Formats: sequence, structure tokens, C-alpha cells
Amino acid sequence: MSTSRERVLARVRAALADVPADEPVVRPVERPYADSHGMGAALEVLEDRLRDYKALVRRVPADRLAEEVAAALERRGASTVAVPDGIDADWFSRTQAELRPDGRDRPLELRELDGVDGVVTTCAVAIAETGTIVLDGGPDQGRRAITLVPDYHLCVVRADQVVDGVPQGVRRLDPARPLTWISGPSATSDIELNRVEGVHGPRTLEVLLVE
Amino acid sequence: MSATFLGIPPFPEAARAAVNDSRLRHNLRKATHTIRDKRGAVVTELEEDWERLRSEGAAIKSHTLRHLDHYLEQLEAAVERAGGHVHWAADAAEANAIVTRLVRETGETDVVKVKSMATQEIELNDALAEAGITAYETDLAELIVQLGDDLPSHILVPAIHLGRSQIREIFLDQMAEWGVAAPEGLTDDPRALAEAARVHLRERFLRTRTAISGANFAVADSGTLVVLESEGNGRMCLTLPETLISVVGIEKIVPTWADLEVFLQTLPRSSTGERMNPYTSTWTGVTPGDGPQEFHLVLLDNGRTDVLADTVGRQALRCIRCSACLNTCPVYERTGGHAYGSVYPGPIGAILTPQLRGMSSEVDEALPYASSLCGACYEVCPVAIDIPEVLVHLREEVASGPGHLGEKAVMKGAEAVLGSSHALAAAQRAAGAARNLVPRHLPGMAGAWTDTRDLPGVPAESFRQWWNKHEKGQS
Ligand code: SF4
Repeated sequence: MSTSRERVLARVRAALADVPADEPVVRPVERPYADSHGMGAALEVLEDRLRDYKALVRRVPADRLAEEVAAALERRGASTVAVPDGIDADWFSRTQAELRPDGRDRPLELRELDGVDGVVTTCAVAIAETGTIVLDGGPDQGRRAITLVPDYHLCVVRADQVVDGVPQGVRRLDPARPLTWISGPSATSDIELNRVEGVHGPRTLEVLLVE
Repeated sequence: MSATFLGIPPFPEAARAAVNDSRLRHNLRKATHTIRDKRGAVVTELEEDWERLRSEGAAIKSHTLRHLDHYLEQLEAAVERAGGHVHWAADAAEANAIVTRLVRETGETDVVKVKSMATQEIELNDALAEAGITAYETDLAELIVQLGDDLPSHILVPAIHLGRSQIREIFLDQMAEWGVAAPEGLTDDPRALAEAARVHLRERFLRTRTAISGANFAVADSGTLVVLESEGNGRMCLTLPETLISVVGIEKIVPTWADLEVFLQTLPRSSTGERMNPYTSTWTGVTPGDGPQEFHLVLLDNGRTDVLADTVGRQALRCIRCSACLNTCPVYERTGGHAYGSVYPGPIGAILTPQLRGMSSEVDEALPYASSLCGACYEVCPVAIDIPEVLVHLREEVASGPGHLGEKAVMKGAEAVLGSSHALAAAQRAAGAARNLVPRHLPGMAGAWTDTRDLPGVPAESFRQWWNKHEKGQS
């Protein structure tokens, strides 16, 4: 008796009897579409899109990042904050908030994560046209759970991480890593097809754009 | 036992009831027009690049299908290399048996689910229930459908047929039975309803150790699975549990990681009318210390190879389930999804369902006629599926099939039935005309639909409620 694997593959091959045997399996890469759509300066477009999704955005100079992180956490009233253990410690030199470092070898318990007031991370790449921030699990972004369970996510995005369009973003990413693409806070369109922010993911997304 | 499409009458009969349901019509019209306008804006924004993305998307999918055996084996190897396990299921029964066994092996009796068309198609929740396993739907619309013991009526928004006040009632009536009750004083403000869903599911997400998902794409060269979603329920299911089981149709493959450049632009714009959906998760096998440490991919045939064998009908397998064709269809807008008698409603359902099920019943044979052939579905499809072409092709098959005369088949057509004396008689019995709800008249074949459209509605009740009564009255 053949296995289901063999059965399915045999059925696929039989169904494709019309495909010439010498038709190349590899498609020539032409990519006739645009890399981006000339919608404006990347940082401006990114900021506009994020606001459109009801995310909070601030443009900050690099030398004031520690103050800005502290100010954001204070505005939010966040006193305990999860952070990936590879994040730059200098950024937290001004905040009073208590940090809870998380890493793959020293993961926070889910309950603990559920109890913190927020999480601070960086990103791997940001895509201006779609207002998307992509996390790839790097040491300054952490396990996927830490940016999911807390209700507030503060993300620090450097100007050199921002690309204009989706194709440029895809090319910078490594599919072997677990990726999370975030375009604004959690939302739903399930009730009468209107977008409402705030379901299961962080209901507040704040982005510091570092220039 | 949850609700089932089994026993829903063929499209013309089912549609007649639906178009007479004024509340349903109101809900559908509001929702489909909202989404149509949003889609139009974000598609127009890309100018002529939209057409290039659309034809590239179609070309990638067509190419993949023509070499599907190659890409399936490549995907299998890549997923296993990354630490995942791959299973093959020839049909629904086999897929259900595999998933049931895998869940049993975890020792769990509760699983959380990410919205997935494939698992609805195989009626996985029922199979799990028979094995004593409860599957909790976590997508808001799926939750509404599950709590309401209802049926999905739309690919993307399964509860599109319900308005906010109906959703509120379902939450107040049913949430307590499934877990955390709805808060007292719950209003029908969408924000309040979303908050109730958050509270209802929070504990379950933190506690449940096994999750079941589908996938929007499976990348052959890297072995990466991709899920697009909005609410974060997907991330919860894909990230927090120890075991993840993904049931994925064999047509979901794209060859390379770079191919996602195309679909991550066209799918969100076509489906929710957004530049990007709030969350997209991608994962490749297992990542030590991050997310589920056990990953199973179940590759599902269940009729797909039959569709593949039809050189005209094959293009239906390009579908990325965006639902743009539903939202734009004048027939769907009037009948809603239940009348199609399948988890795949609307124009794509009219060509996919009969092909997947092999046109084995009256319901399936009527589906190719559930269209006015106006072509709006083809216009909006992000992978350029020529739905009217496939409809005509399937009509020819029905007409030339055993026991069918061409004329008889034509009589199954939506236009013929809705113009029939039966429909008129039913309409004449009802009182009161909601003429202010009448949309613009449609030209040509679809005219029959608008002729019916301004007929007075029977009392407001869902199609399912109507059918239950109707069925009982007859037997
Ligand atoms: S047939 Fe095309 S428009 Fe319809 S759901 Fe599929 S991809 Fe979208």
C-alpha cells in the first residue's frame, strides 16, 4: 500500500500531464513591479502611516534617546518594563522604571510577562509605505512573546532601518528567523468591516524614530 | 455538534430566502460597501504598479501549480530541515485523523485555533469534538460564529451577516458557557465588543498548550509558513503554545521567500482594504527558546488535485482568499454567504466548491449558475483568476453531464429562478416595501436580481434560522 505522501504526489503528477516535461522548474526572476512607490521621504511617510493606524510616534535625536525613553515610559505610567537582554542598557539610564530582562536562556514566565506594564525593543527593519515594523527575534528584539503579551510596546526605530517599500524590506530579512510584522496596534475589522484598534496584542504601540 | 452546511438547499432556493431577509441585506450592503471603498483607495494609490503586481502574483501562482510536485517536495525538505514534521493528507478524513492523533499525543483536551479556511473545509472542530477535544476559535468573527452556533458567511469576515447589536446579543447569551462571561452592561460599541473578546480569551491564550492554524503562504525554498491577521489572536496561538499544528492546502505554496514581496502588497490591500494588516507572523520550523518547540505541517489535498487536473478550472487554485470578489459581487451582496452551501461562498466559492467536491450534488451543480457573469470579480482579483471563464466552463460540464439537459441546467440559473412565479408569489404574500433600501438597478442578466431586490422582505431572521424552520415545516 502506498503512503498518503506517495498518493498525493502521484495525483499531482497525473493532474499535470499537460505540462511539457522540458518546461523549466525555475522561473526567471524578472520582478517587473516597483521597489517602492515614491510616496515621499521615508521617515515622513512612515510617521504618517503609523499615525493613520493610531500608533503614537515621536521623532527624536539620537543623543536624547535615554531622555525620550524615560519620558515615554513616564507618560504611559509604566513602572515595570520587559526588555530583551541584548538591548542597549544606556537607553535606560534616565528611567525610574524597573527593567525585567528576558532572553531565550532566561525567559520570563508568561504570568510575569502578563504583569508588566510594557515592553521596549528595537526592530530589524521598518517599511515606510505600509507603516510596518518588522521584528526578527534579534538580541535587542527578543522572543516573540515579550512584544505580544504586555499591553504597551515601545519600539525604537533608527533612520537607517527604514526602507521605502515592501520589496526592499523583504530583501533585508532572513526567513530562517521568526518574524513579526507589526503595522499599528492590534485591531479588528470584524464588526461591520470598520477598523477598531485594540484586541489581543498590545493595544498601544509607540514608536521613537531616531534621527 | 456544531452547525453544518449539510442540508442547505441548492443556491436558487437558498438565495431566494436570503434576498427576502432585509436585516441580512442591510448588514451585507453596509459591510461590503465599506470595504469596497477602502480597497479602491489603497489599490489606486499604487497606480499602474497594481496591475504589474497583479500579473506577477498570477504568474508566480500559475508557475507553482504547474510544478507543484517539485515545490511540495522542496517545502517538505525545508520544513524538516528546520525541525518541523510534515504529514500528508489525501482527504478530510485523513487530515482530521492526523490532527486528532497529534493533539492526543500532547495529552491536551483543549486547543486554540487561528482562523483557517482549510480546517473549516475539513470540519476539523467536529472531528476533534468527537475525540473529546474542544477547539476554541480565537478570531473575533469566528468566535461570534462559534458562540452563535452559526455558519461562516464570508472568507475573511465569517460574521459579516451580523450587525453589532446581534453580536452583542450573542456575547451576552453565550460567552459564559464557553468561558469568561461578557461584562454586564455590554454595549454594541465595536470597541466594547472587542474588549469583551479580549477579556474572554485572555486566560485561554495564557493557559492553552496546543494550537491549530492554517497558513496564507508556505514558502518552498525556505520552509517558511506565513499567517496574516489583525487582532493578535494569531500571534497568541502561533507563539505561546508548546505545540503548533498547521493544516495547509497544497496550493498555498510559493517558490521563494522573495515572492512574498508581491503578495504582502496585494493581499492586505485586497482583503481589508489596508496598506498592511496589523500583524503578519512568519516562522520556519522551530526556533529554540522562542515559540512552539513542536511544529507539525499537515499538507492537505482533499480534492485539490482534481481541480489541478482541469486545465481551465486549475486557475481557481491561485486564490489567496482575499475575499475581494465576494465584496464586489452583486449576487453575494444580496444573498450573503450561506446560500452558497459551502465554507467558500461568493464568486470564488461558485467555482472552487463544485470543483473540490466534484459536482456530486444538486448544490454543487447549481453553483456555477450563482452568478450574473458581470465580471466584477475578475476585475478585482489580485491573482487575476478569470472567474467568469471558469463559471462558463463548469456550466458546460453540468449541461453535458449525465441526466442533464442544457435547458434544465439553465433553469437552475439564479436569474431564472428569481424571476420565476414561485419567487413572485412569495413576494406578493409579504407586505410593506423597503424601497428606500433599493440600490441602483443592474444591467443585463443581473437585472433579475434587482427585480427581486426591491420585493418586500419577510420577517428579519438569519438565513439559517429561516432554513431550520423551513426544513422542520417540510419533514
Ligand atoms: S478569487 Fe481572487 S478575489 Fe476572490 S478571494 Fe480568491 S484571490 Fe481574492
